[in-house]
Amino acid sequence: MGERPNLAATEIAAAVRAGERRAADVVDEHLAVIRERDGEIHAFLTLMDEHARSAAEGIDRRVAAGEDPGPLAGVPVALKDNLCTRGVPTTCSSRILEHWRPPYDATVVSRLVAAGAVPIGKTNLDEFAMGSSTENSAFGPTRNPHDTGRVPGGSSGGSAAAVAAGFAPLGLGSDTGGSIRQPAGLCGVVGVKPTYGMVSRYGLVAFASSLDQIGPLAPTVADAAALLEVIAGHDPLDSTSIPGPAPALRASLDQGVDGLRVGVITELLGEGIAPDVRARVEAAADALAAAGAKVEEASVPAVGFGLSAYYLIAPAEASSNLARYDGVRYGLRVEAPTTGAMNVATRTAGFGPEVKRRIMMGSFVLSSGYYDAYYGKAQKVRTLIIRDFAAAYETFDLLVCPTTPTTAFPLGAKVSDPLAMYLSDVCTIPSNLSGDPAISVPFGRGDDGLPVGVQVLAPALGEAPMFRAAAVLEHAMAGAAGEGPSR
Amino acid sequence: MTATQGTATERTGAGSTTEWETVVGLEVHCELATATKLFCGCRNAFGDEPNTNVCPVCLGLPGSLPVLNRQAVELAMRLGEALGCTVRPSLFHRKNYFYPDMPKDYQISQYDQPINVDGFLELPDGSRVGIERAHLEEDTGKSTHVGGGGRIHEADHSLVDYNRSGVPLVEIVSRPDVRSGEQARAYVNELRAVLLATGASDARMEEGSMRVDANVSVRPAGSATLGTRCEVKNLNSTRSLGRAIEYEARRQIDLLTAGERVVQQTRHWDEADGRTHVLRSKEEAFDYRYFPEPDLVPLVPDDAWRESVRQSLPVLPAERRRRLATATGAVPGEVAVVVERGLDELVLAALDAGGEAQRLLVHAEHDLAGEPADALDPAALAALTRMEVAGQLTATQAKAVLAELVASGGDPAEIARAKGFEAMGDDALAAAVDEIIAANPDAWGRYQGGDAKVTGFFVGQVMKATRGRADGKAVTRLLRERAGA
Repeated sequence: MGERPNLAATEIAAAVRAGERRAADVVDEHLAVIRERDGEIHAFLTLMDEHARSAAEGIDRRVAAGEDPGPLAGVPVALKDNLCTRGVPTTCSSRILEHWRPPYDATVVSRLVAAGAVPIGKTNLDEFAMGSSTENSAFGPTRNPHDTGRVPGGSSGGSAAAVAAGFAPLGLGSDTGGSIRQPAGLCGVVGVKPTYGMVSRYGLVAFASSLDQIGPLAPTVADAAALLEVIAGHDPLDSTSIPGPAPALRASLDQGVDGLRVGVITELLGEGIAPDVRARVEAAADALAAAGAKVEEASVPAVGFGLSAYYLIAPAEASSNLARYDGVRYGLRVEAPTTGAMNVATRTAGFGPEVKRRIMMGSFVLSSGYYDAYYGKAQKVRTLIIRDFAAAYETFDLLVCPTTPTTAFPLGAKVSDPLAMYLSDVCTIPSNLSGDPAISVPFGRGDDGLPVGVQVLAPALGEAPMFRAAAVLEHAMAGAAGEGPSR
Repeated sequence: MTATQGTATERTGAGSTTEWETVVGLEVHCELATATKLFCGCRNAFGDEPNTNVCPVCLGLPGSLPVLNRQAVELAMRLGEALGCTVRPSLFHRKNYFYPDMPKDYQISQYDQPINVDGFLELPDGSRVGIERAHLEEDTGKSTHVGGGGRIHEADHSLVDYNRSGVPLVEIVSRPDVRSGEQARAYVNELRAVLLATGASDARMEEGSMRVDANVSVRPAGSATLGTRCEVKNLNSTRSLGRAIEYEARRQIDLLTAGERVVQQTRHWDEADGRTHVLRSKEEAFDYRYFPEPDLVPLVPDDAWRESVRQSLPVLPAERRRRLATATGAVPGEVAVVVERGLDELVLAALDAGGEAQRLLVHAEHDLAGEPADALDPAALAALTRMEVAGQLTATQAKAVLAELVASGGDPAEIARAKGFEAMGDDALAAAVDEIIAANPDAWGRYQGGDAKVTGFFVGQVMKATRGRADGKAVTRLLRERAGA
């Protein structure tokens, strides 16, 4: 892994706002690193180098004129390619949207720009965010910067790899069943899935609307907090957006966990979780206890059904959300004699196998006669999961569990076995079903020397204590690193 | 307008007689008269340049999200209250099917939890048609198929205007309470009146802001079970609606009489050949894969909002008919046209000013059609009707005076004087009648022989001779007397 050439995002912003560094230089330095190494990693689908340079120059002019360009002034941000960027291709890693340029910016993109951040490129993902390895991209896989024979996780593998490789100090991903946290865990960066509704979904190309949530990827907890503060807060363009402003996270980041009650989810430490990963979770629990938290075992029985419920609900919503790619108005069109035949030919050519699999599963579970047995039952399971989490949060302020069952797996290892691939999201999916926030923090390495992520879960709108716990874990790791590498 | 029982009698092969009853349920889609669309801020306007009122939301672009229009909800609630519905918390669902003019390839609609349920519509003849539901949904874009006679299958190419995409609709679903084409027309007319009164829609069938589908079935009269129904589409006027229902009922009766079965189908009304044609059968029906729309939150209007909607409702046509009928001693069906024309307030005011009920209703129904009667002074109108009843003006003269009142106002007595309208004395009238009889011996002979058709000739001649001052009824009476009755 190459040296990161830059400071943390918040430090870059401080230097740019103070006129000590030029935003244009920051952008150029990052573009140089990308040119040097992205041929190997393939984190980006589209580089916004011209956009980024001219935006950076604009920021430098504002600083020179005595203005404040905002809290993320001059900080390059890697955007998952399912976030709409005006005039810049937004492909979702699908042939069907290969040349589509949105006429509008996603709300998060507008907010980033308003805060002085500089979008630097669009990153690779599993097609329409369906996958856990970024191998389902129509434009080739992304590789893990820690070991290029391994996957970066997914679906936000491009953004996670970009942050891990130092291509950008910040990245945005989307998380439907773990698509931010799982690649964050496998790439050794911080990844956050905020409370459902905290970040506007307007301009996020939908996969499963009731589960999708945009969130930060960053090298540090503080940077993730800074990014979330910028993108969160009510948006009138998203009906599911929570009223009220973004939470203040950095102000309380150093307040620790003394007195907090932390539960370790027993159901997510047993079968299927690799021993080295389990050991890191236990070490994290110890670190929190050492910092003053009251740590105990916690039971959330229904999480065991999360994966099954998820693979009914998410494909059902996806089958509807992806219907619009019909060749009529935008994106790929494969001509055929009739409209119906054109729809079929376009979708046959435009979607990859995993997307087709989920559209078919989703259409099936919503069909008349099957709805109650599948979709209806899955919604009941979802209610159970919500109830079980709520019950756990009567006893605990926070919960802890692994981010992934294993460290990063080799490219190709699970491509031919969808079920094995789906299982890599078993620890992350419950938070999407419950709508509650979760953060993955790097916490040492596994037996293979690859990063292990630990998740901290909180009740809805519990981001502040969740970030505090994450900061404690990050601090504990920094201390451990000072005593010598954990590998 | 009166709704008759739509029955027909058929002789079956066995020689027995079956009386058939037509059963109709109506689905009416109405565009709500909002300023903007249901889920975005684009203008809701008919007739603008194609594809000018569009944005990422109503074009269904990737990443766009719907936000519910409060005014559309309010108009739907107004309609619901006006139809006596229970206005309740509701949910939006996605109705999934592929169609080129539907940008998301699903329609956001309401499914098992609609905003308005269980109401009714009272027709002018006093009959009531149950309303099952009146729910909110979005409209699709509008396709124009170029070449091949305008149908999609034969077209060279198709053009789509997305200005209509996302326009708010209410779909009003009646119970199968309608029994004839004529009653269906009355239902649609009444519904339009309610939509206009509440301001919910401009309800123009010719512009497509009100679209009607009819579910038609037949059954032996007296049967409690429903027959197999066919849904008839492409009904572009109330005239088409009435004709299509009568045709479709006839077709089904003929099938059943011949010992065949009615197959559940969607059928297309062809105005040109006056028939319905198969569009698709039940087996070809779409599976819409409804599920709750995850991009919207449940719609729960609070009590205060519902109460304010209830308070702001105008007096509705059925109540206005009742009020006018009570005041004039007529039955509600007889005053329907007057209420439809919006002249009931004028009639009531003239009644208060001492007008004569029957004459007021006649003038409102026949002499003020299409006239801007806003400026008409109710007291002057009342005075006019009193003059008529007192025999000071004939019907023809009264009409002329009324026209003058509408045009320039004034005092009816003075207008009558200025026009030379004086009541003819009985002697003068009798003399005029005798004169005409004497001048037309042949016609008089036929009249005496019982040929009633020549009555009109004599009345006309007397009118001409008296320059319209004669009272037609008095002339008829005199003729009868002279004929030696």
